[in-house]
Amino acid sequence: MSLPDFFVVHKREVLTLTGEHLWLVGVSMLLAVAIGVPLGILLSRRPALKSLVLGANNIMQTIPSLALFGLLLPVPWIGARADRLAILALTLYALLPVVRNTYTGIAGVDAPVREAAVAMGLTPRQLLWQVELPLASNVIVAGIRTATVITVGVATIAAAIGAGGLGEFIFRGLAMVDNNVILAGAIPAALMALCADFVLGLIQRSLVRRPVRTRD
Amino acid sequence: MNDSPAAAIEFVNVTYRISGNRTLISDLNLSVRRGETLMLLGRSGSGKTTTLKLINRLVSQSEGKVLVDGRSTTDWDVIQLRRHIGYAIQEAGLFPHYTVEENVALVPRLERWDAERVTARVREVLQLVGLPYDEYARRYPDQLSGGQRQRVGLARALAADPEILLMDEPFGALDPITRAELQHEFLELRKTLSKTIVFVTHDVAEALMLGDRIALIDSGKLKGIFAPGEFLRSPDESVQPYVNAFRATQQILNSGA
Repeated sequence: MSLPDFFVVHKREVLTLTGEHLWLVGVSMLLAVAIGVPLGILLSRRPALKSLVLGANNIMQTIPSLALFGLLLPVPWIGARADRLAILALTLYALLPVVRNTYTGIAGVDAPVREAAVAMGLTPRQLLWQVELPLASNVIVAGIRTATVITVGVATIAAAIGAGGLGEFIFRGLAMVDNNVILAGAIPAALMALCADFVLGLIQRSLVRRPVRTRD
Repeated sequence: MNDSPAAAIEFVNVTYRISGNRTLISDLNLSVRRGETLMLLGRSGSGKTTTLKLINRLVSQSEGKVLVDGRSTTDWDVIQLRRHIGYAIQEAGLFPHYTVEENVALVPRLERWDAERVTARVREVLQLVGLPYDEYARRYPDQLSGGQRQRVGLARALAADPEILLMDEPFGALDPITRAELQHEFLELRKTLSKTIVFVTHDVAEALMLGDRIALIDSGKLKGIFAPGEFLRSPDESVQPYVNAFRATQQILNSGA
Protein backbone atom coordinates (compact mmCIF):
# COMPACT_ATOMS: atom_id res chain seq x y z
CA MET A 1 0.00 0.00 0.00
CA SER A 2 1.35 3.42 -0.95
CA LEU A 3 1.54 6.19 1.63
CA PRO A 4 -1.36 8.27 0.18
CA ASP A 5 -3.49 5.12 0.14
CA PHE A 6 -2.60 4.50 3.78
CA PHE A 7 -3.84 7.98 4.72
CA VAL A 8 -7.09 7.43 2.82
CA VAL A 9 -7.74 4.01 4.33
CA HIS A 10 -6.75 5.02 7.88
CA LYS A 11 -8.22 8.52 7.69
CA ARG A 12 -10.21 8.15 10.87
CA GLU A 13 -7.33 6.81 12.92
CA VAL A 14 -4.96 9.48 11.60
CA LEU A 15 -7.41 12.16 12.68
CA THR A 16 -7.98 10.59 16.09
CA LEU A 17 -4.28 10.25 16.81
CA THR A 18 -3.60 13.77 15.52
CA GLY A 19 -6.33 15.00 17.87
CA GLU A 20 -4.78 13.15 20.80
CA HIS A 21 -1.40 14.55 19.89
CA LEU A 22 -2.75 18.08 19.74
CA TRP A 23 -4.40 17.59 23.09
CA LEU A 24 -1.21 16.31 24.74
CA VAL A 25 0.82 19.19 23.30
CA GLY A 26 -1.86 21.81 23.96
CA VAL A 27 -2.44 20.94 27.59
CA SER A 28 1.28 20.56 28.29
CA MET A 29 2.05 23.92 26.71
CA LEU A 30 -0.75 25.67 28.60
CA LEU A 31 0.65 24.28 31.83
CA ALA A 32 4.23 25.11 30.87
CA VAL A 33 3.25 28.72 30.12
CA ALA A 34 1.08 28.99 33.23
CA ILE A 35 3.98 27.81 35.39
CA GLY A 36 6.95 28.97 33.34
CA VAL A 37 6.10 32.64 32.81
CA PRO A 38 5.40 33.39 36.50
CA LEU A 39 8.52 31.41 37.41
CA GLY A 40 10.58 33.47 34.95
CA ILE A 41 9.16 36.66 36.45
CA LEU A 42 10.03 35.40 39.93
CA LEU A 43 13.63 34.76 38.80
CA SER A 44 13.89 38.32 37.51
CA ARG A 45 12.87 39.51 40.99
CA ARG A 46 15.02 37.04 42.93
CA PRO A 47 18.17 36.51 40.88
CA ALA A 48 19.57 34.37 43.70
CA LEU A 49 17.14 31.64 42.65
CA LYS A 50 18.25 31.81 39.05
CA SER A 51 21.04 29.23 39.03
CA LEU A 52 19.01 26.85 41.19
CA VAL A 53 15.87 26.91 39.05
CA LEU A 54 17.55 27.05 35.66
CA GLY A 55 20.02 24.37 36.82
CA ALA A 56 17.21 22.04 37.91
CA ASN A 57 15.50 22.68 34.61
CA ASN A 58 18.67 21.94 32.68
CA ILE A 59 19.08 18.63 34.49
CA MET A 60 15.47 17.84 33.63
CA GLN A 61 16.29 18.34 29.97
CA THR A 62 19.16 15.86 30.11
CA ILE A 63 16.91 13.01 31.28
CA PRO A 64 15.97 10.99 28.20
CA SER A 65 12.25 11.36 27.62
CA LEU A 66 11.56 7.64 27.63
CA ALA A 67 13.30 7.33 31.02
CA LEU A 68 11.33 10.28 32.40
CA PHE A 69 8.05 8.67 31.39
CA GLY A 70 9.16 5.51 33.20
CA LEU A 71 10.41 7.35 36.27
CA LEU A 72 7.08 9.12 36.72
CA LEU A 73 5.06 5.89 36.61
CA PRO A 74 5.05 5.30 40.40
CA VAL A 75 3.86 8.85 41.17
CA PRO A 76 0.38 8.40 42.78
CA TRP A 77 -2.37 10.29 40.89
CA ILE A 78 -0.15 11.03 37.92
CA GLY A 79 0.93 7.45 37.20
CA ALA A 80 -2.65 6.19 37.23
CA ARG A 81 -3.35 7.39 33.72
CA ALA A 82 -0.97 7.45 30.79
CA ASP A 83 -2.13 10.82 29.46
CA ARG A 84 -1.64 12.54 32.85
CA LEU A 85 1.82 11.12 33.02
CA ALA A 86 2.63 12.15 29.48
CA ILE A 87 1.35 15.69 30.09
CA LEU A 88 3.43 16.04 33.24
CA ALA A 89 6.58 14.87 31.49
CA LEU A 90 5.96 17.10 28.46
CA THR A 91 5.28 20.08 30.72
CA LEU A 92 8.57 19.52 32.51
CA TYR A 93 10.42 19.45 29.19
CA ALA A 94 8.69 22.55 27.89
CA LEU A 95 9.37 24.51 31.06
CA LEU A 96 13.02 25.39 30.50
CA PRO A 97 12.71 27.45 27.29
CA VAL A 98 9.68 29.28 28.71
CA VAL A 99 11.28 30.10 32.07
CA ARG A 100 14.61 31.02 30.55
CA ASN A 101 13.17 33.27 27.88
CA THR A 102 10.82 35.00 30.31
CA TYR A 103 13.76 35.73 32.57
CA THR A 104 16.01 36.78 29.68
CA GLY A 105 13.32 38.98 28.17
CA ILE A 106 12.68 40.86 31.39
CA ALA A 107 16.37 41.12 32.25
CA GLY A 108 16.92 42.52 28.74
CA VAL A 109 14.79 45.61 29.30
CA ASP A 110 17.15 48.59 29.10
CA ALA A 111 18.28 49.81 32.50
CA PRO A 112 17.44 53.50 31.79
CA VAL A 113 13.93 52.49 30.73
CA ARG A 114 13.38 50.56 33.92
CA GLU A 115 14.93 53.31 36.02
CA ALA A 116 12.76 55.98 34.41
CA ALA A 117 9.67 53.85 35.01
CA VAL A 118 10.49 53.38 38.68
CA ALA A 119 11.42 57.05 39.10
CA MET A 120 8.13 58.12 37.55
CA GLY A 121 6.29 56.31 40.29
CA LEU A 122 5.14 53.10 38.65
CA THR A 123 4.27 50.48 41.22
CA PRO A 124 6.08 47.14 40.86
CA ARG A 125 2.91 45.71 39.30
CA GLN A 126 2.62 48.57 36.79
CA LEU A 127 6.31 48.22 35.98
CA LEU A 128 5.75 44.55 35.19
CA TRP A 129 2.53 44.86 33.17
CA GLN A 130 3.09 48.15 31.40
CA VAL A 131 6.82 48.07 30.75
CA GLU A 132 8.60 44.80 31.37
CA LEU A 133 6.14 42.25 29.96
CA PRO A 134 5.29 44.24 26.80
CA LEU A 135 8.98 44.76 26.08
CA ALA A 136 9.84 41.13 26.86
CA SER A 137 6.82 39.66 25.11
CA ASN A 138 8.50 38.76 21.84
CA VAL A 139 11.35 36.99 23.65
CA ILE A 140 8.82 35.16 25.82
CA VAL A 141 6.85 34.06 22.75
CA ALA A 142 10.09 32.92 21.14
CA GLY A 143 10.59 30.64 24.15
CA ILE A 144 7.05 29.32 23.88
CA ARG A 145 7.65 28.72 20.20
CA THR A 146 10.81 26.68 20.81
CA ALA A 147 9.10 24.74 23.59
CA THR A 148 6.07 23.95 21.41
CA VAL A 149 8.15 22.58 18.56
CA ILE A 150 10.15 20.41 20.97
CA THR A 151 6.98 19.22 22.67
CA VAL A 152 5.35 18.17 19.39
CA GLY A 153 8.38 15.96 18.78
CA VAL A 154 8.75 14.55 22.28
CA ALA A 155 5.02 13.85 22.48
CA THR A 156 5.48 11.04 19.93
CA ILE A 157 7.35 9.14 22.67
CA ALA A 158 4.21 9.32 24.83
CA ALA A 159 2.79 6.46 22.75
CA ALA A 160 5.38 4.19 24.39
CA ILE A 161 3.48 4.43 27.68
CA GLY A 162 0.11 4.18 26.01
CA ALA A 163 -0.79 7.85 26.06
CA GLY A 164 -1.69 7.80 22.38
CA GLY A 165 -0.86 10.46 19.84
CA LEU A 166 0.93 10.18 16.53
CA GLY A 167 3.69 8.15 18.18
CA GLU A 168 1.30 5.18 17.94
CA PHE A 169 1.96 4.99 14.21
CA ILE A 170 5.68 5.45 14.66
CA PHE A 171 6.02 2.66 17.22
CA ARG A 172 3.68 0.42 15.26
CA GLY A 173 5.62 1.07 12.07
CA LEU A 174 8.89 0.30 13.84
CA ALA A 175 7.46 -2.99 15.10
CA MET A 176 6.08 -3.86 11.68
CA VAL A 177 9.20 -2.59 9.89
CA ASP A 178 6.82 -0.62 7.68
CA ASN A 179 8.06 2.81 6.65
CA ASN A 180 4.62 3.93 5.49
CA VAL A 181 3.20 3.43 8.95
CA ILE A 182 6.13 5.30 10.50
CA LEU A 183 5.63 8.16 8.03
CA ALA A 184 1.92 8.19 8.75
CA GLY A 185 2.88 9.30 12.26
CA ALA A 186 5.97 11.31 11.43
CA ILE A 187 4.52 13.46 8.64
CA PRO A 188 1.49 14.83 10.53
CA ALA A 189 3.74 15.43 13.56
CA ALA A 190 6.22 17.32 11.42
CA LEU A 191 3.42 19.36 9.83
CA MET A 192 2.04 20.13 13.27
CA ALA A 193 5.47 21.35 14.41
CA LEU A 194 5.85 23.50 11.29
CA CYS A 195 2.37 25.01 11.70
CA ALA A 196 2.95 25.79 15.37
CA ASP A 197 6.31 27.32 14.49
CA PHE A 198 4.74 29.43 11.76
CA VAL A 199 1.78 30.69 13.77
CA LEU A 200 3.85 31.47 16.86
CA GLY A 201 6.41 33.11 14.59
CA LEU A 202 3.71 35.43 13.27
CA ILE A 203 2.64 36.30 16.80
CA GLN A 204 6.23 36.88 17.81
CA ARG A 205 6.85 39.24 14.90
CA SER A 206 3.66 41.17 15.57
CA LEU A 207 4.95 41.81 19.09
CA VAL A 208 8.14 43.45 17.94
CA ARG A 209 6.69 46.91 17.61
CA ARG A 210 9.01 48.31 15.00
CA PRO A 211 7.12 51.11 13.33
CA VAL A 212 8.07 52.00 9.80
CA ARG A 213 10.97 54.38 10.01
CA THR A 214 9.97 57.81 8.80
CA ARG A 215 12.89 59.74 10.18
CA ASP A 216 14.26 62.03 7.51
CA MET B 1 2.08 75.65 48.52
CA ASN B 2 2.42 78.98 50.32
CA ASP B 3 2.59 77.37 53.73
CA SER B 4 5.39 75.02 52.70
CA PRO B 5 8.88 75.39 54.11
CA ALA B 6 11.46 77.54 52.35
CA ALA B 7 13.60 74.58 51.42
CA ALA B 8 12.06 72.32 48.80
CA ILE B 9 14.61 69.62 49.50
CA GLU B 10 16.88 69.24 52.46
CA PHE B 11 19.61 66.74 53.25
CA VAL B 12 20.32 66.39 56.97
CA ASN B 13 23.47 64.46 57.90
CA VAL B 14 22.92 62.01 55.08
CA THR B 15 25.27 59.08 54.71
CA TYR B 16 24.84 56.34 52.13
CA ARG B 17 26.80 53.13 52.29
CA ILE B 18 26.63 50.10 50.08
CA SER B 19 27.47 46.55 51.03
CA GLY B 20 31.11 46.05 51.91
CA ASN B 21 30.89 49.28 53.90
CA ARG B 22 31.87 51.46 50.98
CA THR B 23 30.63 54.97 51.71
CA LEU B 24 29.30 56.73 48.63
CA ILE B 25 27.88 59.78 50.41
CA SER B 26 29.15 60.91 53.76
CA ASP B 27 27.45 63.28 56.15
CA LEU B 28 25.80 65.42 53.51
CA ASN B 29 24.00 68.59 54.57
CA LEU B 30 22.42 70.49 51.75
CA SER B 31 19.37 72.61 51.29
CA VAL B 32 17.72 73.26 47.93
CA ARG B 33 15.70 76.47 47.89
CA ARG B 34 12.25 76.55 46.44
CA GLY B 35 12.33 77.63 42.81
CA GLU B 36 16.10 77.56 42.36
CA THR B 37 18.17 75.51 39.96
CA LEU B 38 20.89 73.79 41.90
CA MET B 39 23.65 72.16 39.92
CA LEU B 40 25.36 69.12 41.42
CA LEU B 41 28.82 69.29 39.92
CA GLY B 42 31.40 66.56 40.28
CA ARG B 43 33.56 64.04 38.51
CA SER B 44 32.39 60.59 37.53
CA GLY B 45 31.84 58.50 40.64
CA SER B 46 31.76 61.50 42.96
CA GLY B 47 28.31 60.62 44.24
CA LYS B 48 26.32 63.33 42.48
CA THR B 49 23.90 60.92 40.81
CA THR B 50 23.50 59.01 44.07
CA THR B 51 22.67 62.31 45.76
CA LEU B 52 19.97 62.88 43.17
CA LYS B 53 18.55 59.38 43.59
CA LEU B 54 18.30 59.86 47.35
CA ILE B 55 15.70 62.58 46.69
CA ASN B 56 13.14 60.29 45.03
CA ARG B 57 14.30 57.23 46.96
CA LEU B 58 15.69 55.32 44.03
CA VAL B 59 18.27 54.67 46.73
CA SER B 60 17.72 54.99 50.48
CA GLN B 61 20.20 56.61 52.82
CA SER B 62 21.89 54.57 55.53
CA GLU B 63 21.84 57.46 58.01
CA GLY B 64 20.32 60.89 58.23
CA LYS B 65 17.24 62.35 56.62
CA VAL B 66 16.18 63.68 53.27
CA LEU B 67 13.26 66.09 53.48
CA VAL B 68 11.04 66.86 50.50
CA ASP B 69 8.59 69.69 51.18
CA GLY B 70 9.54 69.45 54.81
CA ARG B 71 8.65 65.77 55.08
CA SER B 72 11.16 62.97 55.40
CA THR B 73 11.19 60.84 52.26
CA THR B 74 10.79 57.79 54.49
CA ASP B 75 7.43 59.23 55.67
CA TRP B 76 6.22 59.74 52.11
CA ASP B 77 4.43 57.00 50.26
CA VAL B 78 7.26 56.25 47.83
CA ILE B 79 4.97 56.09 44.78
CA GLN B 80 3.39 59.44 45.68
CA LEU B 81 6.83 60.93 46.30
CA ARG B 82 8.06 59.88 42.87
CA ARG B 83 4.96 61.10 41.06
CA HIS B 84 5.41 64.43 42.81
CA ILE B 85 8.93 64.74 41.38
CA GLY B 86 9.80 64.90 37.67
CA TYR B 87 12.82 62.90 36.56
CA ALA B 88 14.81 63.27 33.35
CA ILE B 89 17.93 61.26 32.56
CA GLN B 90 20.62 60.90 29.96
CA GLU B 91 19.39 58.81 27.00
CA ALA B 92 15.91 59.87 28.17
CA GLY B 93 14.84 56.31 29.10
CA LEU B 94 11.74 56.58 26.94
CA PHE B 95 9.51 53.52 26.67
CA PRO B 96 10.24 52.17 23.18
CA HIS B 97 6.82 50.48 22.90
CA TYR B 98 4.93 53.72 23.59
CA THR B 99 4.40 56.62 21.23
CA VAL B 100 5.60 60.08 22.21
CA GLU B 101 2.09 60.87 23.40
CA GLU B 102 1.82 57.69 25.47
CA ASN B 103 5.23 58.31 27.00
CA VAL B 104 4.34 61.84 28.04
CA ALA B 105 0.84 60.89 29.21
CA LEU B 106 2.00 58.10 31.50
CA VAL B 107 2.09 59.81 34.88
CA PRO B 108 -1.10 61.86 34.32
CA ARG B 109 -2.81 58.61 33.31
CA LEU B 110 -1.52 56.82 36.40
CA GLU B 111 -2.81 59.74 38.43
CA ARG B 112 -6.19 59.13 36.79
CA TRP B 113 -6.62 62.47 35.07
CA ASP B 114 -9.53 62.39 32.66
CA ALA B 115 -8.70 61.77 29.02
CA GLU B 116 -9.35 65.30 27.78
CA ARG B 117 -7.17 66.85 30.41
CA VAL B 118 -4.37 64.38 29.60
CA THR B 119 -4.47 65.19 25.87
CA ALA B 120 -4.55 68.91 26.55
CA ARG B 121 -1.59 68.60 28.88
CA VAL B 122 0.42 66.46 26.44
CA ARG B 123 -0.21 69.09 23.77
CA GLU B 124 0.91 71.82 26.14
CA VAL B 125 4.15 70.22 27.34
CA LEU B 126 5.17 69.05 23.87
CA GLN B 127 4.72 72.63 22.66
CA LEU B 128 6.78 73.77 25.63
CA VAL B 129 9.74 71.61 24.61
CA GLY B 130 9.41 72.61 20.96
CA LEU B 131 7.79 69.48 19.52
CA PRO B 132 4.47 70.33 17.83
CA TYR B 133 1.86 67.77 18.90
CA ASP B 134 0.46 67.10 15.45
CA GLU B 135 3.86 66.25 14.06
CA TYR B 136 5.34 64.22 16.91
CA ALA B 137 2.65 62.75 19.15
CA ARG B 138 2.20 59.56 17.12
CA ARG B 139 5.88 58.80 16.62
CA TYR B 140 7.82 56.14 18.45
CA PRO B 141 11.08 56.96 20.23
CA ASP B 142 13.18 55.21 17.58
CA GLN B 143 11.74 57.60 14.99
CA LEU B 144 13.25 60.57 16.80
CA SER B 145 16.73 62.08 16.87
CA GLY B 146 18.70 62.10 20.13
CA GLY B 147 17.81 65.72 20.80
CA GLN B 148 14.13 65.09 20.15
CA ARG B 149 14.15 62.08 22.47
CA GLN B 150 15.68 64.23 25.17
CA ARG B 151 12.94 66.82 24.65
CA VAL B 152 10.30 64.13 25.02
CA GLY B 153 12.06 62.96 28.19
CA LEU B 154 11.80 66.49 29.55
CA ALA B 155 8.16 66.79 28.47
CA ARG B 156 7.42 63.52 30.23
CA ALA B 157 9.10 64.75 33.39
CA LEU B 158 7.02 67.95 33.27
CA ALA B 159 3.74 66.26 32.34
CA ALA B 160 2.14 66.02 35.77
CA ASP B 161 3.39 69.53 36.58
CA PRO B 162 5.66 68.49 39.45
CA GLU B 163 7.15 71.23 41.58
CA ILE B 164 10.47 69.48 41.72
CA LEU B 165 12.47 68.33 38.74
CA LEU B 166 15.50 66.07 38.94
CA MET B 167 17.77 65.96 35.92
CA ASP B 168 20.70 63.59 35.58
CA GLU B 169 23.03 64.81 32.84
CA PRO B 170 20.06 65.15 30.52
CA PHE B 171 22.15 66.68 27.75
CA GLY B 172 25.22 64.51 28.28
CA ALA B 173 24.80 62.24 25.27
CA LEU B 174 23.97 64.93 22.72
CA ASP B 175 26.16 66.41 20.04
CA PRO B 176 27.55 69.86 20.98
CA ILE B 177 25.21 71.84 18.75
CA THR B 178 22.05 70.11 19.91
CA ARG B 179 23.29 70.37 23.49
CA ALA B 180 23.79 74.13 23.23
CA GLU B 181 20.35 74.45 21.68
CA LEU B 182 18.70 72.51 24.49
CA GLN B 183 20.67 74.36 27.15
CA HIS B 184 19.38 77.68 25.85
CA GLU B 185 15.84 76.39 25.71
CA PHE B 186 16.23 75.06 29.22
CA LEU B 187 17.10 78.58 30.40
CA GLU B 188 14.04 79.99 28.65
CA LEU B 189 11.85 77.24 30.03
CA ARG B 190 13.11 77.84 33.53
CA LYS B 191 11.92 81.43 33.40
CA THR B 192 8.38 80.47 32.49
CA LEU B 193 8.11 77.56 34.92
CA SER B 194 8.83 78.09 38.56
CA LYS B 195 10.28 74.72 39.41
CA THR B 196 12.82 73.60 41.90
CA ILE B 197 15.42 71.87 39.79
CA VAL B 198 18.33 69.68 40.85
CA PHE B 199 20.59 69.13 37.89
CA VAL B 200 23.55 66.73 37.83
CA THR B 201 26.44 67.54 35.53
CA HIS B 202 30.18 67.03 35.18
CA ASP B 203 30.46 69.94 32.79
CA VAL B 204 31.71 73.16 34.45
CA ALA B 205 30.45 75.38 31.63
CA GLU B 206 27.00 73.82 31.86
CA ALA B 207 26.95 74.27 35.63
CA LEU B 208 27.97 77.94 35.32
CA MET B 209 25.47 78.62 32.58
CA LEU B 210 22.37 76.87 33.91
CA GLY B 211 22.63 77.02 37.68
CA ASP B 212 21.51 79.55 40.26
CA ARG B 213 23.92 77.80 42.57
CA ILE B 214 26.52 75.10 42.16
CA ALA B 215 27.07 72.38 44.75
CA LEU B 216 30.48 70.83 44.29
CA ILE B 217 30.64 67.18 45.25
CA ASP B 218 33.82 65.18 45.49
CA SER B 219 34.28 61.64 46.81
CA GLY B 220 30.82 61.68 48.36
CA LYS B 221 31.40 64.92 50.23
CA LEU B 222 29.94 68.34 49.67
CA LYS B 223 32.85 70.74 49.08
CA GLY B 224 30.79 73.88 49.04
CA ILE B 225 27.91 75.72 47.42
CA PHE B 226 28.64 78.68 45.17
CA ALA B 227 26.85 81.15 42.98
CA PRO B 228 28.38 80.93 39.48
CA GLY B 229 30.36 84.16 39.99
CA GLU B 230 31.66 83.02 43.37
CA PHE B 231 32.63 79.70 41.92
CA LEU B 232 34.97 81.30 39.39
CA ARG B 233 36.57 83.50 42.05
CA SER B 234 36.72 80.91 44.79
CA PRO B 235 40.18 80.23 46.23
CA ASP B 236 38.92 76.84 47.46
CA GLU B 237 41.38 74.16 46.44
CA SER B 238 38.68 71.70 45.42
CA VAL B 239 37.17 74.32 43.11
CA GLN B 240 40.48 75.22 41.50
CA PRO B 241 40.83 72.23 39.15
CA TYR B 242 37.39 72.95 37.69
CA VAL B 243 38.04 76.65 37.26
CA ASN B 244 41.43 75.94 35.74
CA ALA B 245 39.97 73.47 33.27
CA PHE B 246 37.29 75.99 32.36
CA ARG B 247 39.80 78.85 31.95
CA ALA B 248 42.16 76.69 29.91
CA THR B 249 39.38 76.01 27.43
CA GLN B 250 38.58 79.70 27.26
CA GLN B 251 42.24 80.60 26.72
CA ILE B 252 42.58 78.16 23.89
CA LEU B 253 39.47 79.60 22.32
CA ASN B 254 40.66 83.19 22.82
CA SER B 255 44.17 82.59 21.50
CA GLY B 256 42.73 80.94 18.44
CA ALA B 257 40.56 83.95 17.70
